[in-house]
Amino acid sequence: MSGINMIVCCKQVPDPEAPPSLFKVDTAANKMVTASDVKPVISQYDEFALEAALRIKDKMGGKITVLSLGNKLVRDVIKKSLAVGGDELILLEDEAFEESDSWSTAYALAAAIKKIGEYDLIFCGRQSSDWDAGQVGIGIAEILGIPAVTLARKVEVADGKTNIERVIPDGYEILEIAPPVVITVTSELGTLRYPALKGIMAAGKKQPIVYKPADIGLEPGQVGAAGRHTEISKLFQPVKEAKCEIIEGETPEEAGVNLATRLREAKLL
Amino acid sequence: MAENKGILVYGELTNGQLATITTELLGCGRKLADNLNEELSCLLASDMIGEASKEAIAFGADKVYTIEEPSLKQYQASSYIQIVEKLVKDISPRAILFGQTAIGRDLAPHLAFRLGVSLATDCLGLSIDPDTKLLLQTRSVYGGNAQATFVSKLVPHIATVRPKAMPPLEHDDSRKGEVIPTKIEIDMSQVKAKVVETVKEEISGIKLEDAPAIVTGGRGIGGAEPFNTTLKELADALHGAVGATRPPADNGWVPEAIHIGLTGKIVAPDIYIAVALSGASQHIAGCSGAKHIVAINKDPEANIFKEAEFGVVGKYEEVVPALTKKLKEILAS
Ligand SMILES: Cc1cc2nc3c(=O)[nH]c(=O)nc-3n(C[C@H](O)[C@H](O)[C@H](O)COP(=O)(O)OP(=O)(O)OC[C@H]3O[C@@H](n4cnc5c(N)ncnc54)[C@H](O)[C@@H]3O)c2cc1C
Ligand SMILES: Nc1ncnc2c1ncn2[C@@H]1O[C@H](COP(=O)(O)O)[C@@H](O)[C@H]1O
Repeated sequence: MSGINMIVCCKQVPDPEAPPSLFKVDTAANKMVTASDVKPVISQYDEFALEAALRIKDKMGGKITVLSLGNKLVRDVIKKSLAVGGDELILLEDEAFEESDSWSTAYALAAAIKKIGEYDLIFCGRQSSDWDAGQVGIGIAEILGIPAVTLARKVEVADGKTNIERVIPDGYEILEIAPPVVITVTSELGTLRYPALKGIMAAGKKQPIVYKPADIGLEPGQVGAAGRHTEISKLFQPVKEAKCEIIEGETPEEAGVNLATRLREAKLL
Repeated sequence: MAENKGILVYGELTNGQLATITTELLGCGRKLADNLNEELSCLLASDMIGEASKEAIAFGADKVYTIEEPSLKQYQASSYIQIVEKLVKDISPRAILFGQTAIGRDLAPHLAFRLGVSLATDCLGLSIDPDTKLLLQTRSVYGGNAQATFVSKLVPHIATVRPKAMPPLEHDDSRKGEVIPTKIEIDMSQVKAKVVETVKEEISGIKLEDAPAIVTGGRGIGGAEPFNTTLKELADALHGAVGATRPPADNGWVPEAIHIGLTGKIVAPDIYIAVALSGASQHIAGCSGAKHIVAINKDPEANIFKEAEFGVVGKYEEVVPALTKKLKEILAS
């Protein structure tokens, strides 16, 4: 199989590894508010998914189209996908796409994929770093009527077949499947490569293609908040009473010894 | 279509026994069903079911649908989904509960999208809205930095439930229920993936999920070695097991099977010793059920000290061996 067509779905999210204290809830609006020092990033597992596609492109060539749905997407963030070697960036970007849930996200992404028309491998992250749903990849597969293989830690293409190492509870299984297939990627696949200077320069010159709902054949009522299958009835932060007792010592060794003694006193042993 | 009624639990087996998560789902499902005054059913699909159907009744099911098929020996989304979809269409439940397990994570989204309904994954709490009778599904979001309660008007409601989030009922042999052997044809032409090989990574010693004590190492451990020496010795002294955060598993220092957190195992030991890990919310999601958390980290600002009950600020290489030695002395005396 030459000229493999790959699509990678990348979501822009607030940095999931920012300190927990920077995540707040606006209870009146049922919305998450992140402090301004929480940088937007490409969702972690989507970067792993992009790396999976790039490794195939390294070996076999082919084309990588990156798809991202949202509104007011930050170009510098999302264009990282081009800087590392993605060929084309398509944004589903409109106010109407705001507040999508798993259903309306998968529905719009699948509509865009149908419009792209030619695809062999569709890569998604195993779950997004904001809502942690773990649904959209499988959702796209169901809507397109093609199979999905989840939790991939290695993906290779040979003789028109895709070979996937899929994580299972006590190891992994090797699956062979013919494209088209949706593949969701897990962290063991490995982190995304750094963009080379040349890549950054080239990405700077490329403009993403922007689709509105009508461009992918959808009514505004079918996307974003209007297209949701779920409502959020409550968003909240459980209160934690933090009170860590720090065990001291003249030396780290002594602190270790004192910790053992304290654990016994506290009847933890 | 008939009115949707009753709760259906997707049951799983581990080594031929009813899985712990399934007993938890039945406990939760029983409460929901009683609240609605409806039935609780359980689906068991496997190559060999044995006593598990009776166990499901002892843990609260009114009806157990058993589907025994040699082709169900190994999980495959494309064959299993056919069974669940068919049964759901036949019995029209109001809600379907899966475990947030390898199978549930995979199967539930297929079902939800195929039926055109909605799904809440990894739920921590489920209840019935007294006015609307809709299922209120509470789950953690933003890596554990918040929680959200979701509701959908579309039936059936589908949820996956986090292990150890809900208690099972007391096992009670006197509970009455009906086992209904069911035949569902699987169309093998729909099964597109071929399993070429299954590779098992053996973990010796006590199972993480059952361990009373867990010593977990993070990226700060620096390599594979100390997991088998420094941390293992501490875990052994406590008759516990060794766990890890995601980076050690990703780096290949430890098997993926001991990775704890949102995307790994969920554990709830009596004592959890967190060593050289920062306490990211996605990791804490996997161990917040521990009765006591103890932290050892060289950075006094590390978030883990906001989660722990006791802590030592220091390099683990120095703190842990001294801790282990003293613990052994205490436990021997
Ligand atoms: C959607 C999503 C899901 C995720 N799921 C999981 C999951 O299931 N499990 C998980 O663990 N992570 C998960 N993560 C990743 C998570 O956000 C963190 O990146 C990860 O937990 C960090 O691991 P760590 O604490 O070991 O490493 P770090 O954050 O790098 O922390 C290392 C710590 O070690 C300390 N240290 C270094 N050297 C020493 C020493 N010699 N002695 C003592 N202390 C030392 C440092 O002070 C530091 O605090 C997920 C992330 C996302 C976005
Ligand atoms: N808004 C989005 N834009 C692009 N891809 C997305 C979007 N939302 C979800 N995805 C993809 O679907 C995967 C699973 O997302 P989720 O079901 O939200 O956890 C992500 O890792 C992405 O690959």
